Amino acid sequence: MIDQVLARRPAVRALLADRPNELLVIAGLGTPAYDLFDAGDHGGNFYLWGAMGGAAMMGLGLALARPSNPVLVLTGDGEALMGLGALATVAAQKPANLTIAVLDNGHFGETGMQASHTSLGTDLPAVAAACGFAWTATVDGETALRALAPKLTAGAGPGLIRIVVGSEPLPKTLPARDGAYLKTRFRAHLGLQPA
Amino acid sequence: MNAVTHAADTAAVAWKDAVFAALKAADVRQIHYVPDAGHARAISLAHEDPAIRAVVLTTEEEGVAGCAGAWLGGERAALLMQSSGVGNCINMLSLMENCRFPLLALITMRGEWAEFNPWQVPMSRATEPVLTAMGVRCFRVDRPEDVGDVVTAAADMAFGAEQAVAVLLGQRLIGRKVWK
Repeated sequence: MIDQVLARRPAVRALLADRPNELLVIAGLGTPAYDLFDAGDHGGNFYLWGAMGGAAMMGLGLALARPSNPVLVLTGDGEALMGLGALATVAAQKPANLTIAVLDNGHFGETGMQASHTSLGTDLPAVAAACGFAWTATVDGETALRALAPKLTAGAGPGLIRIVVGSEPLPKTLPARDGAYLKTRFRAHLGLQPA
Repeated sequence: MNAVTHAADTAAVAWKDAVFAALKAADVRQIHYVPDAGHARAISLAHEDPAIRAVVLTTEEEGVAGCAGAWLGGERAALLMQSSGVGNCINMLSLMENCRFPLLALITMRGEWAEFNPWQVPMSRATEPVLTAMGVRCFRVDRPEDVGDVVTAAADMAFGAEQAVAVLLGQRLIGRKVWK
């Protein structure tokens, strides 16, 4: 019997079900940003609408600047693949407070569902482990995701979670796309003043 | 005869020390870099400084995103690279304009003064036009006595006015690369 394929919206909600207020989340462009917004807007959320391949490095810069805050980068397989070298850069810095969660549907969902490299052989947790990540996991169910959620704040990173999800069509739940607003809002959440 | 690869020249030179002093004075806490001989002194000093995190990159655009993340968290970061890396950064620079993130990029120029390697020339020619097209203000330095002031002014503009700024360190300033 084949288990039901995990849907991405419930998956993100499960990972963030008991979200601690100090958790900061950067979402990669496209569906992961919509998923994060759908799970609940938050002052500690930053949504990318471009800069493909940059989510993990934004997470690293943030994690190094805020060692007392757990940082989650929530992105897709296509975005993570574009910034594959960043996994080496992150691992070299050993940020204990950083987790990268990749919603892996094996496809470039935003552009017409072309198969991505994770459908064609690339194993992202294995890449991260080979780079030197402290832990990696592959999950394909909500129960496992809820069980994994405490690792986001355990300070034993860097970690990478591959969340195997389906490629079902979803409504686009759109967060704000004014980058300067999103930046100022995020910094205000941390008590930082605007320029 | 085979060329020999030597360790980077990290000896103290006044203008190179002025670069690092200006970054320290600006309270830069993260230095993201792709190595370059002209930056070797600053990179070495950054690694030795407990108040600074030196982040070695696999490609330059990582540093653009890394500097943005640092600012989100309230820290000042700088990006060190050579001119050949500017092309790698083009789309990532849209992050700086859209979010009005500060960028302080220090770029050593290749391909413009006594260059031996023709492969450095096209990106050298394109460096300033590309940066300008993507909204990065460029300040060029060719005289060693100007380096400290220019880096300080660029840092003030980047972090004070949340602007994307690049300092182009001319190849004549850095000196000829020795090919033997």
